[in-house]
Amino acid sequence: MSMKKPPTLGRKIARGFTRFGGERAAQLLPEARLAGPMPWVIAIMVTLVVVATAGGLAMRNIAETARAELAGGATVQVLEALPQERERQAQVVEAMLGSDPMVASIRRVPDEELDALLEPWLGADSESQAVPVPALIDVRLRGEVTQAALDDLQARIATRAPDARIDAQASWLAPVFGALTSMQYLALGLVMLLSLTSAAAVWLAARSALGTNRGTIEVVHMLGGTDSQIARIFERSIGFDATMGGAVGLTLGLGAILLLGRQFAALGSGMVAGGALGWLDWVIIAAVPLAAVALAMLTARLTVLSALRRML
Amino acid sequence: MNAPDNEVVTFDNVGLRYGPDREVLSDVSFTLFPGSFYFLTGASGAGKTSLLRLLYLAQRPSRGAIRMFGTDLITMARKKLPAYRRRIGVVFQDFRLVPHLSAFDNVALPLRVSGVREEDLRKPVADMLDWVGLSHRSEDRPATLSGGEQQRVAIARAVIGRPDVLVADEPTGNVDPEMALKLLRLFEALNRLGTTVVVATHDVHLLRKVPESLIMRLDKGRLSDPTGALRYPPRPDAPRETRT
Repeated sequence: MSMKKPPTLGRKIARGFTRFGGERAAQLLPEARLAGPMPWVIAIMVTLVVVATAGGLAMRNIAETARAELAGGATVQVLEALPQERERQAQVVEAMLGSDPMVASIRRVPDEELDALLEPWLGADSESQAVPVPALIDVRLRGEVTQAALDDLQARIATRAPDARIDAQASWLAPVFGALTSMQYLALGLVMLLSLTSAAAVWLAARSALGTNRGTIEVVHMLGGTDSQIARIFERSIGFDATMGGAVGLTLGLGAILLLGRQFAALGSGMVAGGALGWLDWVIIAAVPLAAVALAMLTARLTVLSALRRML
Repeated sequence: MNAPDNEVVTFDNVGLRYGPDREVLSDVSFTLFPGSFYFLTGASGAGKTSLLRLLYLAQRPSRGAIRMFGTDLITMARKKLPAYRRRIGVVFQDFRLVPHLSAFDNVALPLRVSGVREEDLRKPVADMLDWVGLSHRSEDRPATLSGGEQQRVAIARAVIGRPDVLVADEPTGNVDPEMALKLLRLFEALNRLGTTVVVATHDVHLLRKVPESLIMRLDKGRLSDPTGALRYPPRPDAPRETRT
């Protein structure tokens, strides 16, 4: 040990001008990396959020597709038990609506199609006329189907076809739309709950890491380290963990979505087909792990800053 | 409180208590001047470490006023404190080296915290380790160093940033008398460069080794002033009161 004059620093060096961060700063608190179960917790959360988000988006797409298909749609039913009279009234309605300027197009639903629709409930021999089946006419109006337009049409039809009833197609599916909306809210609620749970998990892990590294943090504090410098170290660590967990979670989530998509596609239902995800939906799903990383880093920062403020 | 420009630290009727208990420091008043060497003495439990904690800004007092480098620290915003801490070097009683960092990285820590670039800090840190005689142990971790070596790393870390004030809490408490004297010589060398040095010790033999030093004695939390140099304003006949 020499007794010579201690070495001195140049003024420029002593002043300092670069940010304390990166790998050097991360080495300072090796225990700050929220190792162990943390990446897996985040992976599970991201998987669930990805599936819930995809479900919510699919519900929205189904509802929008159905609404678009049903917009302007109305159905006329001729509820007459006698076949000849039913046919007469149906033809009258077809003729009236075919020349009505409010109507864009009409289509008489063929009896074969009706029989096929009813076959699961009434059996193959509905020809027996044991149960009278109404005549159906699919009507597409110009513009939106309003109650006033329907009332106007109903009034005119009723003069020559008293057993005909006209209804907006959308009104039949109102309960289905209600259920779809509820499921969208349920998916949104799940996403929010899972986000809160993830934030809580990060909060607990950050506090634990703070406790483990308390001695080192105090030393850095006493050496003039700022709260932001220390918080950045934790942010970096949790950011790394969340990125790993997010990548795994996204992969698992995408796998689940593709599997479910394939199974729903096999149902062959027109309504379910309307739930296919578009490119914007995939962008939103891909943003889930990014949001998870941002949420985790923000939670870690706020937790650490809050704890550091209790120190002078 | 008006104070001359050449004051480093001024305590004015400072009191400190932890919780509802009695004060561990009472009515402590003194002024530290640039380039002076102070010993803080007193029996165990007299309040030396508490006084040092106030000095190195680990704590605010319960009452009284503290000025440091001409600024009132009591009303200072918390976010401004790090800049002042960087002007104070601290040698902790238990060294407080970061266990998973090498001697080099421990000494480099204050410079990294201050934002010095890696290429700019290598030489100063190597020089500092050479100054404390530990060039050959620069890559070793604290656990593999002896008590005296750890103490020297702690001193190197405390002085690498050329602090205006060096505060050392029982720096010779864990080393043999020969090493204690060597560490004291390091403090003296630094003091000769203008750094104000405050060394807390209960070793009365150490006081005689630095004849130019001033002595602050704590007794049950109250400061006595055997040399009369610590008061503000200093007593006219006090030794070295005009030293700057």
